[in-house]
Amino acid sequence: MIRPVYLVDGARTPFLKAKSGPGPFTPVDLAVQCGRPLLARQNFDSRALDLVILGCVNVLQDEMNPARVAALRLGLGAELVAFTTQINCGSGMQSIDTAYRYIREGSHDMILAGGAEALSHAPLVLRRSAVEWFGQMAQARGPAAQAKAMTGLRAEFFKPIIGLERGLTDPITTLNMGQTAELLAHHFNIDREAADTYAMQSHHRLARAQQEGWLDDEVMPAFDRDGGVHDHDDGVRPDSDLAGLSKPKPAFERPHGKVTAGNASQISDGASWVIVASEDAVEKHGLTPMARIVDSAWAALDPSVMGLGPVLASTLLTERHNLGVVDIDLWELNEAFAAQVLSCIAAWDDPDFCRAVLGLETAFGRIERDQLNIDGGAISLGHPVGTSGNRIVLHLANAMKRLGKKRGIATECIGGGLGGAMMLEAV
Amino acid sequence: MANSSHGPVLRHLGETKLELGPVVPDEGSWSRGVTEDGILWLVLDHGESSLNTVSRDVIEGLSAALDQIEREIPRAIVIRSGKPAGFAAGADISGFDDMGDAGAVDLLRQGHAVLDRLVAVDCPTICIVHGAALGAGFEIALACDWRIAVEGASFGFPEVQLGLHPGLGGTFRLPALIDPTEAMTLMLTGKTAHTKKAKRLGIADVVTEERHIGAAVAAVVDGNIHRDGPGLKARAFGFEAARNLAARQMRSQTENKAPKAHYPAPHALIDLWEAHGNDPKAMQTAEIESFARLLDTDTSKNLRRVFILRQALKDDARGEDGISHLHVIGAGAMGAEIAAWAAIKGKTVTLGDVDLDPLGKAIKQAQDICKDKHLSDHETRDALDRLMPDPKGYGVARADLVIEAGPETPEVKEKIYAGLKARMKDDAILATNTSSLQLARLRDVAPKPAHFAGLHFFNPVSKMQLVEVIHHDCSDDAVIRRLAAFCSRIDRLPVRIADYPGFLVNRALTPYLMEAMVLMDEGVPKEVIDSAAVAFGMPLGPVALSDQVGLDICLHVAESLKDNLDKPMPEISARLREKVDTGETGKKAGQGFYNWSHGTPRPDAEGGPDDLTDRLILPMLDACVECLRKGVARDADEVDGAMIFATGFAPFRGGPMHYARARGHDAIHDRLKELQAEHGPRFQPDPGWKDL
Repeated sequence: MIRPVYLVDGARTPFLKAKSGPGPFTPVDLAVQCGRPLLARQNFDSRALDLVILGCVNVLQDEMNPARVAALRLGLGAELVAFTTQINCGSGMQSIDTAYRYIREGSHDMILAGGAEALSHAPLVLRRSAVEWFGQMAQARGPAAQAKAMTGLRAEFFKPIIGLERGLTDPITTLNMGQTAELLAHHFNIDREAADTYAMQSHHRLARAQQEGWLDDEVMPAFDRDGGVHDHDDGVRPDSDLAGLSKPKPAFERPHGKVTAGNASQISDGASWVIVASEDAVEKHGLTPMARIVDSAWAALDPSVMGLGPVLASTLLTERHNLGVVDIDLWELNEAFAAQVLSCIAAWDDPDFCRAVLGLETAFGRIERDQLNIDGGAISLGHPVGTSGNRIVLHLANAMKRLGKKRGIATECIGGGLGGAMMLEAV
Repeated sequence: MANSSHGPVLRHLGETKLELGPVVPDEGSWSRGVTEDGILWLVLDHGESSLNTVSRDVIEGLSAALDQIEREIPRAIVIRSGKPAGFAAGADISGFDDMGDAGAVDLLRQGHAVLDRLVAVDCPTICIVHGAALGAGFEIALACDWRIAVEGASFGFPEVQLGLHPGLGGTFRLPALIDPTEAMTLMLTGKTAHTKKAKRLGIADVVTEERHIGAAVAAVVDGNIHRDGPGLKARAFGFEAARNLAARQMRSQTENKAPKAHYPAPHALIDLWEAHGNDPKAMQTAEIESFARLLDTDTSKNLRRVFILRQALKDDARGEDGISHLHVIGAGAMGAEIAAWAAIKGKTVTLGDVDLDPLGKAIKQAQDICKDKHLSDHETRDALDRLMPDPKGYGVARADLVIEAGPETPEVKEKIYAGLKARMKDDAILATNTSSLQLARLRDVAPKPAHFAGLHFFNPVSKMQLVEVIHHDCSDDAVIRRLAAFCSRIDRLPVRIADYPGFLVNRALTPYLMEAMVLMDEGVPKEVIDSAAVAFGMPLGPVALSDQVGLDICLHVAESLKDNLDKPMPEISARLREKVDTGETGKKAGQGFYNWSHGTPRPDAEGGPDDLTDRLILPMLDACVECLRKGVARDADEVDGAMIFATGFAPFRGGPMHYARARGHDAIHDRLKELQAEHGPRFQPDPGWKDL
């Protein structure tokens, strides 16, 4: 008999849009900011946790193994094991997936699983040629050798490369992530207006959720050292409209591309945690689960069309459990790009694609817009890469609870050609 | 939130393992051992306390050790403390009082002789200092040829704070070792030089970690450590003219901070150095005489009394507080400071407020305190991690202590307490930080009256040491004990006070503040009033102090006292109400009676009516007598301690009750009668004067 695994609670920071220069929080700062109130509102002692797992892609030099640094800074004690997971944009879900499997297997009972990312802190990277020059300078002994090494100095050495740009470029195909979305838009005939319309809805939905207080238990205000209070996802544009969205030029493939800064996810800082628990832990501490984790899956595909990762990964789940499109009430499909989300929806609705790629007899079916990212997504919220996978699982659980829905899937595409998906059921 | 509690591995190993060389500590103050290569280690572990003090016993033990050394000179001598907390805290001052003039001089001569013998030993002498080496402890270190400082070590001469100067050779050994101006500054200010500064000044020859002490000692013995000789400046001070000039500057700077009339010690030290700075032998003789003279001054006696009062308040608050999580309600100035301070001192703290903005400001304020207290980056990070802004009040259910620092209206407090019912842990304590409401008015709306008490902090919490722990007629004694222990754990001084209008400190202070305003209304300039109080020895005049406390708070407290006391109080000045109405509430607003944009006002003005000082000070004394008569404080010593540590009441006068005793209870009673005849019933002496 398989041990059931529950999501007990979760909280995140607001997602903070990267402005000029590093934001007020490092990845671990963010993890501490939302981890503290999450732990403070539990009725059990934090020492009842037996593992911490944190997804993080851009780890800072000062915070190697951010999971462990966060666990210690959260006061969880010297004896608690903590490790960091990295599967690019799926890292925050990978942490839950690992927790789920450990608990299902019976080795652990309660795990804090999260994601943290501060893209505004992405380092400036020196060119390789500059690094080599520095190396020669350091080795040069005596004034003559130093003078000689000095002559190798080039102006380009002082033009650093923004690490983030490199991180968002696929090393195999050399395509930028935005270009992979352009490729999908071409294959699935997604035009600029459809993408912009989708993006506008994302903003409106998030604005409404904020206004209605639907995020109050999910988003914990963050407080910086200079007295600043950050209490909501600040990338939201409640008054977003098509006229405004039609203005920006294509961001990746000028002049004809369809992917713009307006219909792509935002570059943000944020962290998110969930508490994953066994049935024993739920009983022992008298906890009320938010949802049960039914299953999770990962899939891989060509890096240049990584945006379809959710289709492959989610279909593995539905097939494994003999479920069809009608059985999934809610979807959180990470909005890397509007064109990429719409391509996923189109692919599932395309009988040829489903037969050839997914091995289905016919089309998987149509996922309606009112089941999909109902409170906005990365386009309005932002996409702190290591965090997003965690946030969509947490928000799916919260949305299912709010609406009394039975089953949902949270899924994301992953740069490099992967997809991840996790299925939740109401308890 | 990085926790101070260690895991089992470090608990087993211990945080520090002192390198004691060949020594196996035994019963006495000094333990000795000799290494195979002939190095003698002397380890000092005196008494039960966690810190060494230098007593007669310690000096005689060192003398005995020297007897043996002089018979058989070892290759080198290493001196260090065997107590993990540090090297030595200084002389045992509790012994001072019993010594007459002659006794003190005798002991000093004996101590000097022993240290002179240590200096004369014909082999390298090395002192290892971890933690603090203060006063006589520092002087033992200075009598060695070399000083190895363990990272974290500090050196200082706090004697001036006790109305003294160094007395065991410090006055000539330190200026001979380092730049004499730096040496004089250390001795005149009583400030400690931490490791890095000690190295820079040349006090420490080597700085290393405990784990490398063995290697560092070997390096010194093998002659691998070098130090620079005295600089040009030090040589220049060999000339009397140079010292005359420098001494003049020192005198004027010292006079600003510690006027000679009230604080003779630093001035005596300057005199010593000016006269004998080029002649260590003469300086030694003069140091002993001067030290003995200072011991006998009222200032030193009173300052030593203050030291002992502090110790007594601390001793009274020993024990476990059972409080690891503190929840503070209200992120106003006081709530934020209390929360920040407790977090800095290691408590897990949640700070609740319905508004987010004050919570943000509280974090900034906490960071500023960390900076002010020179916390390192990682210490600041950990303190801020322990301080969680808590807009939803999650912390209430986890807290062992809830401190309510909400608005000063009973209705609001009642509402807050109602919200706490059923959410607080069973054995949790609720304490109010009210300064103007009586507990009797609040205890019945508290979730559990027996677990309800007052915890009255003073502003700013990070600087004011006193906390009034207030009990009411149905407080549980254990709760009061835990609160006192809590204060002590966060490095504040608790004094136990009974529920009374204004408790003790505000009851005593308010007439002083209000009388100042009456005087202003009579046309005496505020600068004249404040100067008179400062001349008496108060750190701030009453008008500036009112501004600092906050005029709104002063008004609130004054009104509440007027309503609740039987005794007549000075009329509340209309100007105070006007100031509050127009928002000129003092320092926090940038403008009160003074303009605060250029920092704390320090007026210096003469004049005013002849009875000015008595009109300010005597009502304060009278209120203290009233509080004693009514059992608000337990005894006169606690009253003195509370007034000194909460208000800075002239410490060299030993506190209000001690000052009253010195001036004569009857004399004060009669003087109050005179003031009553002239100015009205508010000066009527308390019946308690008769019973003192």
